[in-house]
Amino acid sequence: MSTETRHSVNYSTRVDKVGIRPRLVRTIRALITIFIALTLLIPVVWMGMTAFKSRADAVASPPKLVFEPTLEGFVSLLTKRRQLTAEQKAEYEQRTDLNWADEIALERGQAIIGQSEYAQRLRNSLIIASTSTVLSVAMGLLSAYAFSRFRIPGEGDLLFFILSTRMLPPVVVTIPIFLMYREIGLYDTHIGMILLYTAFNLSFSVWLLKGFIDEIPREYEEAALVDGYTRLQAFVRIVLPQAVTGIAATTVFSFIFAWNEYAFALMLTTDTARTAPPSIPSVLGTGGIEWAAIAAGSLGFLIPVVIVTFLLRRYLLRGVTFGAIRQG
Amino acid sequence: MSNVALQHITKRFKDTVALDDVSFSINDGEFFVLLGPTGAGKTTTLRVIAGLERQDDGAVLFDEINVNQYQPAERDIAFVFQQYSLYPTKTVFDNLAFPLRSPLRKLPRNEIEDRVHEVAEKLRITHLLDRKTAKLSGGEMQRVSIGRAIVRTPQIFLMDEPLSNLDAKLREALRIELQHLQKTEGSTTLFVTHDQIEALTMADRIAVLQQGQIIQVGTPHDIYDRPATTFVAQLVGVPQINLMKASRENGTLSIHDSAVQLPIPDKLDVESEFLLGIRPEDIRPAADGDQHGEVVLTEPLGVETVIHMRSGKQTLLSVVPGITDYRIGDPVSFNIVQDRLHFFNLDGARV
Repeated sequence: MSTETRHSVNYSTRVDKVGIRPRLVRTIRALITIFIALTLLIPVVWMGMTAFKSRADAVASPPKLVFEPTLEGFVSLLTKRRQLTAEQKAEYEQRTDLNWADEIALERGQAIIGQSEYAQRLRNSLIIASTSTVLSVAMGLLSAYAFSRFRIPGEGDLLFFILSTRMLPPVVVTIPIFLMYREIGLYDTHIGMILLYTAFNLSFSVWLLKGFIDEIPREYEEAALVDGYTRLQAFVRIVLPQAVTGIAATTVFSFIFAWNEYAFALMLTTDTARTAPPSIPSVLGTGGIEWAAIAAGSLGFLIPVVIVTFLLRRYLLRGVTFGAIRQG
Repeated sequence: MSNVALQHITKRFKDTVALDDVSFSINDGEFFVLLGPTGAGKTTTLRVIAGLERQDDGAVLFDEINVNQYQPAERDIAFVFQQYSLYPTKTVFDNLAFPLRSPLRKLPRNEIEDRVHEVAEKLRITHLLDRKTAKLSGGEMQRVSIGRAIVRTPQIFLMDEPLSNLDAKLREALRIELQHLQKTEGSTTLFVTHDQIEALTMADRIAVLQQGQIIQVGTPHDIYDRPATTFVAQLVGVPQINLMKASRENGTLSIHDSAVQLPIPDKLDVESEFLLGIRPEDIRPAADGDQHGEVVLTEPLGVETVIHMRSGKQTLLSVVPGITDYRIGDPVSFNIVQDRLHFFNLDGARV
């Protein structure tokens, strides 16, 4: 190549001035993201729709996209009902003290005779899931801190042991646990379920939190120790604020596990401590599957998880632990 | 403020001995510098004094009281870390106030505020008080971290290479500031550094640490003019001391592989072969000099010029004030200041 072939560059080569192309790329990216999000949301939306469908609409084929919303599903979910004979139904229709829920039941020839157990099951789920989450995160935090900061004899083996508690699938250990629980009176108790979920989540939270705490430089605590604080005070005032991201992530994961857990709950509870997951499918009810009721139950079941995740979303994003330590 | 003494401190990490029978004491109000290369055990010494590390052997005394069993908080010391270690989620004000808010001290709120402002003014960081520490520059961070130390009156200040992460200009400015601060407050300070200039300029006394052992303790003057070993001699002084093998024969001293010959000083009790140290400023080029060589390199630094001179196979460094007009290849004559020679045995110990 000789010098003659050299052209002068009389247009800008700055990337940010190229215009259309990057903007197009961005738009396409956004569209793809929206598409994926919508695809993933279809089952949830479908569930939400089914919850408001009438019995007939819920099983209609082809599926109905447009339908007349009804609270039938919620009524069947939240109440116990009795089938009425034709005479009884006529008698009921004369009464004036019926509320809207009674009306809906009556349309199907049923009378409400009490509350269903759904609310109580949901409360059990809430109590068990949140208590076990708090316990496993709190204990996990302390042991993760110890593993991260102190010289512990056999540290590697201990950590592996902790992890190994998670290696067996729940189904495998349910029977022995069932037998043990029955023997010591923990069967179908809140405490029993809380203990079980805490133990199960603990290995996970120790490992996850250890990773987060390892990343917090220990000079911060040492500065606090020297500045006149005890180990525990330094932990609370210096380490905790910086471990927030990790705590939030661990909380969400632990909560979701305990909230969704099915196998243990099915085997180890019957009534007092029964949680929502095994009880929702049992709304099957009399006379065919009540899809609307199941969908309504699932919808109610979904809400706490959404709330927890939503409250912690700010901390779930990375980048909270920026430091004032210069990496020399 | 109090005096601090270390007695026979030994500290091992797994297979390595970090500190080997380290003993020294720091007087009340003294600026004491621990000097040594990386890995010599300087930081470990600080951490042992602070109580962040427990020694395997030996005692730490504050005013003759053994504090071995004291927690770091109870020892009442202030630590300035190399990495600053400012609390990242707090503002500058909260960082400075943090030591004062310790449950050990229980100071009233307005006193805390007064003291923080007073310190901020002293270090000229008042305008930064509301900022988050992550948004500060390196120099500002180090100011805050020094402020966090001086906001209270501890037994002793421990400073772990506080200036080493700063750029040269800032380092010099902060060095002078720190020195001024220490002198006006009269605070007992233990300052760790690997930088011999920091050590010589700031210290009342210096302890030289090598591989976990104290080699020499003395004033900067002692360390520079009477280095205990060749290691110390080479550690302090820029350019480095000229250190060459030499031998004595019939009243003359000759440096190996060179033409340099000197009369032997009186009362010199040294083996027939030994190491000779000559500070560059003690080699003085002169037109009528007794020794002769050739200029191989000059480094004009403005205030002074370093002249590399060859005599035989040896290269001698000489420092002369100002800028000289010696050119590479010029023959040069020079004198060596006789009474400032340093003699070491072949194992490095001073004679």
